[in-house]
Amino acid sequence: MSATTVTATATPVPPAPLAIGPFEARLRAARAEGRKLLVPYVTGGLGADWCEIVRAAAAAGADAIEIGIPFSDPVMDGPTIQQASDRALRSGATPQSVLDSLRTIDAGVPLAVMTYANIAFHAGWERFASQLHDANVAAAILPDLPLDEAGDWCVAADEHSVETVLLAAPTAPDERLPRICERSRGFVYAVGLLGVTGARESLAASALVIARRLKLVTDKPLLVGVGIGSPAQAVEVCASADGVVIGSVVVQRMLEGGGPEGVAALVREYRTALDSHEW
Amino acid sequence: MSIMSEPSASGRFGSFGGRYVPETLVPACEELEAAFREAWAEPAFRAELDGLLRDYAGRPSPVTEAKRLSEQLGCRVLLKREDLNHTGSHKINNVLGQALLARRMGKTRLLAETGAGQHGVATATAAALFGMECVVYMGEVDMDRQSLNVFRMRLLGAEVRPALSGSRTLKDAVNEAMRDWVGTVENSHYCLGSALGPHPYPWMVREFHRVIGEESRAQCALLLDGGTPDVIAACVGGGSNAIGIFSGFADTDAELVGVQPAGGASIGHGSPGIVHGMVSYLLQDEWGQVEEALSISAGLDYPGVGPEHSHLEEIGRARYETVTDAEVVDAFLLLSRTEGIIPALEPAHAIAWMSRERASLEGQTVLVCLSGRGDKDVAQMMDVLGADVSTGRGR
Ligand SMILES: Cc1ncc(COP(=O)(O)O)c(C=O)c1O
Repeated sequence: MSATTVTATATPVPPAPLAIGPFEARLRAARAEGRKLLVPYVTGGLGADWCEIVRAAAAAGADAIEIGIPFSDPVMDGPTIQQASDRALRSGATPQSVLDSLRTIDAGVPLAVMTYANIAFHAGWERFASQLHDANVAAAILPDLPLDEAGDWCVAADEHSVETVLLAAPTAPDERLPRICERSRGFVYAVGLLGVTGARESLAASALVIARRLKLVTDKPLLVGVGIGSPAQAVEVCASADGVVIGSVVVQRMLEGGGPEGVAALVREYRTALDSHEW
Repeated sequence: MSIMSEPSASGRFGSFGGRYVPETLVPACEELEAAFREAWAEPAFRAELDGLLRDYAGRPSPVTEAKRLSEQLGCRVLLKREDLNHTGSHKINNVLGQALLARRMGKTRLLAETGAGQHGVATATAAALFGMECVVYMGEVDMDRQSLNVFRMRLLGAEVRPALSGSRTLKDAVNEAMRDWVGTVENSHYCLGSALGPHPYPWMVREFHRVIGEESRAQCALLLDGGTPDVIAACVGGGSNAIGIFSGFADTDAELVGVQPAGGASIGHGSPGIVHGMVSYLLQDEWGQVEEALSISAGLDYPGVGPEHSHLEEIGRARYETVTDAEVVDAFLLLSRTEGIIPALEPAHAIAWMSRERASLEGQTVLVCLSGRGDKDVAQMMDVLGADVSTGRGR
């Protein structure tokens, strides 16, 4: 056991650095060209070909890829991503094995890591931020580390040029949204519905509402994730948002053995739908 | 800050606690904190809760002198009889408080996790009493070993949903309850069953169980000529019965002892970690993946612990010991046969510790929180001991 005796204090959240990070700059540039942003999520360590899947998704039109470092108790995830995390862990995936692969993956698009707070806390906030940087990871998303608890992590992440993406949920009162947006780097991750990850039959009305509320308070790239289940839903929500994160649909394809071609085909469907719409 | 007072503004006891929840739940935790703070300061709320505890749950629970057990162990044993509460355990104290709060906040649905089923039964009971909907998540393994309580919950009108992930025990039931809450937070209150989770739960749950400690303090003073026991012992799963009884004696010289199962000793074998909304001691591997606890007792089969216990250990105010499953089985029989009280397997841990440590406890007065009765465990013990236990083990 690594000798972590980190203590958690509620360090005040530092203001976000004034300079826009390279990850955010890239998303802003794509948006400026009139492109809707597409960020697929891939569970790190799921199957022997997950790195090829990341490259295939990038080549098929993703603007960035979100890499999940599997955690034993993913409370923000529904059955699909739970199953994927479980499978990856049982096949021996660790934060280090995932990051080692990312270091050399050369996907051609920026990478963001999504994992749970304890993975970072256990390694040590500072050490984890530095490991992400060393693995060429541009951004991090920690869904159980809300703004109010993010102080220590943000200090470390800012120091190591890792852009911390914060989530904004439909339950947030109006006064909270600007605070989240000000501190979020890379993009603002709007949670599209009340619930955990997982594809839904139709787009939740809350997705459009939260996107519109956020657009009133930020000009940072705004992506909606959680619940997006089809290219049509992606198009629908992009009427109010700058892009989408697609997670469970991608991971489902991986679990079914779709491999790099299967995932690439899926990503291409979303890309085509977004590109062929008149915005 | 005096010992066992309010946590800090960010919900910390020393360096433990906090509110590590998905963004979706932050406003609900804030709302709950505000509602609890307001209600707890309100005499009318207190009076309503006290009335329910008295007229519905049967409080105060007595303190029993365990004479034959004392003779056998060589120390004076006092039992705080939470087993005599309505529904059979201490869990009802917290549940009645939270149900009143839920109603006050306009919530119509109670959500709960349960290990041994006692918290689930208590929540189902309160839901029936208040006319609320109730969904209880329970690990599949626990549904099997505590099947009597599954049936009780269903009788009371609750829906019991199996948690099928991970170890399929208490930890996974908490995960499922939190996932449900992320989706239903607008009409549902998460009635968390132990002194753990995100702020304000560890504090609020302690306050709702403070009644155990306050009653005990007064009852012991009568029995002990105004004195206090030398030792207060309680089993620790998440730590709610222990934190409740400890809170009555924090400002005395009494030694506070929490007893954990050997297979779930987060304090001692764990390290600080973040899960279920808090920083606390946690059984985890070298990467921070949560490890599975392993205990004969479904209610203590949990890899974490409430943050205030981590703090009490850190500052040396309480100490945390472990007992093995085999010692617990012996203690289960011991209390049954010396006092005519069949304990739940959880508090049998505290009895087991006392029995093992009898030499060092000689001549002392020990107050044990008998947190629940053993009816729920009878079927499981029949498997462990065989149906014919009248001869052989125990006395
Ligand atoms: C009778 C009894 N005691 C103790 C516990 C453990 O919980 P806690 O540590 O919160 O008191 C349980 C939990 O199910 C229980 O049923």
